Amino acid sequence: MSPIVKILLFMFSCVLTNNYIFSRFLGCCPFLGVSNKVETAVGMGIAVTFVMALASLFTYFVYYYILVPLSLTYLNTIAFILVIASLVQVVEMFLKKSAPSLYGALGIYLPLITTNCAVLGVTILNITEGHNLLYSVLNGTFGALGFLLAIVLMAGVRERLESAKIAAPLKGFPISLVIAGLMSIAFLGFSNMFAGVA
Amino acid sequence: MDTIVKILFAIAALGGIGVLFGFVLGVAGKKFAVEVDERVQAVRAAVSGANCGACGYAGCDAFAAAVVRGEASTSGCTPGGSKSAKALAEIMGVSAASVEPMVARVRCQGNCNNVKPRFDYAGVPSCRAAGSLSGGPNACEFGCVGLGDCVDRCPFGAIRMENGVAVVDQDVCTGCGVCVAVCPRGIIQMLPTDQTVVVLCRNKAIGRIAALQCKTACVGCKRCEKQCPTNSIVVKDGVAEIDETTCTRCGACIPVCPMHCIVNFYEREDEEVLSEQPKDEA
Repeated sequence: MSPIVKILLFMFSCVLTNNYIFSRFLGCCPFLGVSNKVETAVGMGIAVTFVMALASLFTYFVYYYILVPLSLTYLNTIAFILVIASLVQVVEMFLKKSAPSLYGALGIYLPLITTNCAVLGVTILNITEGHNLLYSVLNGTFGALGFLLAIVLMAGVRERLESAKIAAPLKGFPISLVIAGLMSIAFLGFSNMFAGVA
Repeated sequence: MDTIVKILFAIAALGGIGVLFGFVLGVAGKKFAVEVDERVQAVRAAVSGANCGACGYAGCDAFAAAVVRGEASTSGCTPGGSKSAKALAEIMGVSAASVEPMVARVRCQGNCNNVKPRFDYAGVPSCRAAGSLSGGPNACEFGCVGLGDCVDRCPFGAIRMENGVAVVDQDVCTGCGVCVAVCPRGIIQMLPTDQTVVVLCRNKAIGRIAALQCKTACVGCKRCEKQCPTNSIVVKDGVAEIDETTCTRCGACIPVCPMHCIVNFYEREDEEVLSEQPKDEA
């Protein structure tokens, strides 16, 4: 198989089969918290994409050029959190300056990207699965695009729920969790689609 | 020794990474600095600072930002009252709208002397839980449950439980309205502080049953209605209701009430009304 096809398949597997929310169950907090409106969901997805892509890039260098030579690889969790926290700060400053309305809409969830387990999950998985630099960044970028896809789909459904008649005990989060479960089952259909490739 | 060196080495390495990122962040902070309107700080300092959420915004910071943007009214901070409304109007350069001071009134006198318990409740100590259990543990299913959801939620500590009924300290109450939202029985009402004549009952049951349920229940006899010179008190759904806009606070309805459920809060201040027994047993 040519390397280009391999990379393409890897990208698709990141978005669909290894979707961070539906098959790894990482990043569920913003998935439920910021999926009320499609607009803010897109904003959150893009912010997460940005942070995840850059975090994959930086943690690769931090791990292989700082932690490995100093034989401090056991510090990877705390070092990665440091990288992610700094990146989130930069993203926050950038958004505050250039897109104040998006900054306001994301609210508390923006600083909470710091503790978004999907971001830390990507960086740790890059190391444990032994991805090289290209694959790490692709994993970060397309994994986050999978997150974007999931959160936008969820927001679309939840916008429609606003006008739907729902039994009182199911209103709000319960019905959202039911929907998240159903969507997860739907995404199960993609599993093994790229088996043996990625 | 070796271990200590290792630990110090790890700390130094991590510290180094931290300093590096800190430096980058510092540069980014300068580059992306946003000028903050200094009025936001001034407004933030002038509001109550209780973060009670009565203004409808997510805390005092959000409210301050909304005021400066011109979205929120300068008199939006109820706990701050007219003092902060005046200060905010000064900061924003608009004329201050007068804020009528409000106070929470608990419209129930169903204390342990007046209402018999129907069963012993031993569940979660919350009015919401107890009140939804077959009409609540008290004989009256309209009155105060007495487990203090409002006491827990009051951001200013103005509510206390006295003999099984919530009592608002009107000197401490800021009129934020948090308790109104939390009471499952809806017996707490925000009223202008000078609206001192209040019907302290929400019992909608018909007279005979209401009287059996509580010694101070409104039985809907309409004596107050006939006595009122301005027709501001009307019995609706079996319970008397005062229209605060037309009520002159004359108090003519108070002595005629056979159940002693209309109270004048001016006179009420000195006496221990809630521990007092109603004079005649009706």
